[in-house]
Amino acid sequence: MALLQISEPGQTPNPHERRIAVGIDLGTTHSLVASVRHGVAECLPDGQGRVILPSVVRYLDATRRQIGFDALDNQVNDPGNTIASVKRLMGRGINDVDASHLPYALVDAPGMVKVRTIAGEKSPVEVSGEILATLRFRAEDTFNDDIFGAVITVPAYFDDAQRQATKDAAQLAGLNVLRLINEPTAAAIAYGLDNAAEGVYAVYDLGGGTFDVSILRLSAGVFEVLATGGDSALGGDDYDRALADWLLQEAGLQVDSLEDQARLLAAARQCKEALSAEDIVTAEVDLSAGSIDLSLNREQFEAATTALTQRTMQAVRKVLRDAGLSKDEIKGVVMVGGSTRMPQVRQAVRAFFEHDPLVNLNPDEVVALGAAIQANQLAGNNPDGDLLLLDVIPLSLGIETMGGLVERIVPRNQTIPTAMAQDFTTYKDGQTALALHVVQGERDLVADCRSLARFELRGIPPMAAGVARIRVTFTVDADGLLNVSAKEQVSGVEARIDVKPSYGLSDDQIAQMLKDSFSTAQADMQARALVEARVDADRLLLATRSALAVDGGLLSAEERSQIDQAMLASEQSLSSNDAAHIEAVSKALAQATEAFAAARMNHGIAQALAGKNIENI
Amino acid sequence: MNLQSDDFELFGLQRQFTQDRAALDERWKALQREAHPDKFAAQGAAAQRIAMQWSVRINEAYQRLKDPLKRAAYLCELAGFAVNAHSNTAMPPAFLMQQMEWREAMDDANTADALEALADEVQASKKQLLQQCASLLDDTQDYAAAVGTVRALMFIEKFTHDLNQRLDQTA
Repeated sequence: MALLQISEPGQTPNPHERRIAVGIDLGTTHSLVASVRHGVAECLPDGQGRVILPSVVRYLDATRRQIGFDALDNQVNDPGNTIASVKRLMGRGINDVDASHLPYALVDAPGMVKVRTIAGEKSPVEVSGEILATLRFRAEDTFNDDIFGAVITVPAYFDDAQRQATKDAAQLAGLNVLRLINEPTAAAIAYGLDNAAEGVYAVYDLGGGTFDVSILRLSAGVFEVLATGGDSALGGDDYDRALADWLLQEAGLQVDSLEDQARLLAAARQCKEALSAEDIVTAEVDLSAGSIDLSLNREQFEAATTALTQRTMQAVRKVLRDAGLSKDEIKGVVMVGGSTRMPQVRQAVRAFFEHDPLVNLNPDEVVALGAAIQANQLAGNNPDGDLLLLDVIPLSLGIETMGGLVERIVPRNQTIPTAMAQDFTTYKDGQTALALHVVQGERDLVADCRSLARFELRGIPPMAAGVARIRVTFTVDADGLLNVSAKEQVSGVEARIDVKPSYGLSDDQIAQMLKDSFSTAQADMQARALVEARVDADRLLLATRSALAVDGGLLSAEERSQIDQAMLASEQSLSSNDAAHIEAVSKALAQATEAFAAARMNHGIAQALAGKNIENI
Repeated sequence: MNLQSDDFELFGLQRQFTQDRAALDERWKALQREAHPDKFAAQGAAAQRIAMQWSVRINEAYQRLKDPLKRAAYLCELAGFAVNAHSNTAMPPAFLMQQMEWREAMDDANTADALEALADEVQASKKQLLQQCASLLDDTQDYAAAVGTVRALMFIEKFTHDLNQRLDQTA
């Protein structure tokens, strides 16, 4: 709506207004929220001084829930209702998930798997929404103010469905998402700005459930991702599972219940963490079939898990090939994610790159800190900031063609935002619709790629077979999310697109969840909505007035009078107590000024680009 | 300048094949600083859409300008000489013979070293053709001849791709 607030360089639209912007690392194991205060990014602690929020939600009954440490403490007592590592389920169908080690029950559901709890079947999006809402409240309490917006991090290797699910979760939590950014890129921002680093760096990010490796060129505030790779289902959890399996095998026992599974995994995780500092530990866990009491040394742990570390190193080699670089061209390797505390991981990275990895940042906090720095700039709080992120799409996008083959439309590692167009035609006389199946992945067969969505283009004017030329444009925005538009070139008719996402939620489902969501029920939504509607309407009026003062001359008398009328209606609506009415009138004003605003902005960008060219010649 | 400006206008560069890659990279970043949607993140969805159009356009131009083969093909097309890579595959017999020899050499190679040696040979040939392109496009403006060289380079690019896949499998 605030489209008209085109700021001059070095000026925020309202210089006295500081917007509260946060960076959120929504992790598999734990999550954090950070913000820039007094020019420094810092993680925000809870009431007890803890910055980490375990990414665990426990449902107690239909309405009550525990989130974070309280939920984690009860994981072993109530595993079936205590949802941990939900990030691994985001944007996933039942067949994509390895449920063998999960201490809670999954339910097959159209679009995305669900979790069965005492409070009913919960979508991973809802569970993640609870975690995000908790962090949002923490930030609001810290600043005693509303949050203007948030940057949320996702694994670089997340596909479209996983990204969309994350954005949906943020919407459920009532957060305005300024941008989704990739976790290794966020880490590079925090690292690069702290260390005044220049040159080509690798970020090795092994978290609780995901692995990313990105190659970035850092120069003068620009963070250019050259290539990214990884595995969105490989992380510290898998080391726990491998160790749990090893313990069972050594003890000759098996797990008989969800409680057994939860206890065993907790014990495995404790051993794993202890073995980062110690050479030998004792694994003690009581299962229903008997007790495990084993001595375990680091070599045994490493032997049980070395295949996992090797998988990460394969991804490292592949990403270097994608970037067209050899390992000696990498100036440093930044280690991110709690799992990089494992000595075997550091050793593998050191052996490959032949120099010591950079571990001087807190691997748990660095992603949230980088996100906070970016959020601060995106919110307009840092007008002199010269931070620029040029990230890439991690996986190729393609469409299904004859015989179940994939035709690649957008290749992986292309800088985003990006758009690619492809022409299609009709194969029958009078055909008015066309179906498209969009997939993501590197394999040649549709069956080996991830299905993203099925599109139906409708409203194609009837023509003879092969005459229509339907140009379908695939746009990947700065969040890495795909949008599709289509236009018949001969008639100029825009085709209507019905999207059936293969994974993820429809807008209706989101709306229903928002209604049901505790995070919105808890606050006094109506009073708040009224205040927000007034503030938004006021902001738009102010912006429109100043835009008219500067560029009013661009408008015809008729255009001007339409805008004046819409402004008058909006001014009058401010005294109303009906938030919906204020919003509707304000929306009408935004619509009335849309063309004017677009013209101003296009003009502004064209001027700025031309200015750059002249400067540089 | 507008969204329909050609790549060279958009980047403020001379319309020619020879370009300084470092300067091109710098220009790309300078333009993205002005137009990237992140610069307008606090200004709503409509502003994001407009910024995205510009940013996408700048990235598209950059992809084309930085790749010598794409740049050469684009220059031919701007001059009205379509490359028609898909429909027009007629090539001189000598060139086709060499292609066949390379394919056979690739099939016969069973060590990484043999493949690397072949890759070096192909690279040398590519370099020579690119120099030829520079001369045809920038010195003599012989676009008809340049189109032929561009097509030859496309064959080489495809072969290099296949060769790299073989190298990946062998390594």
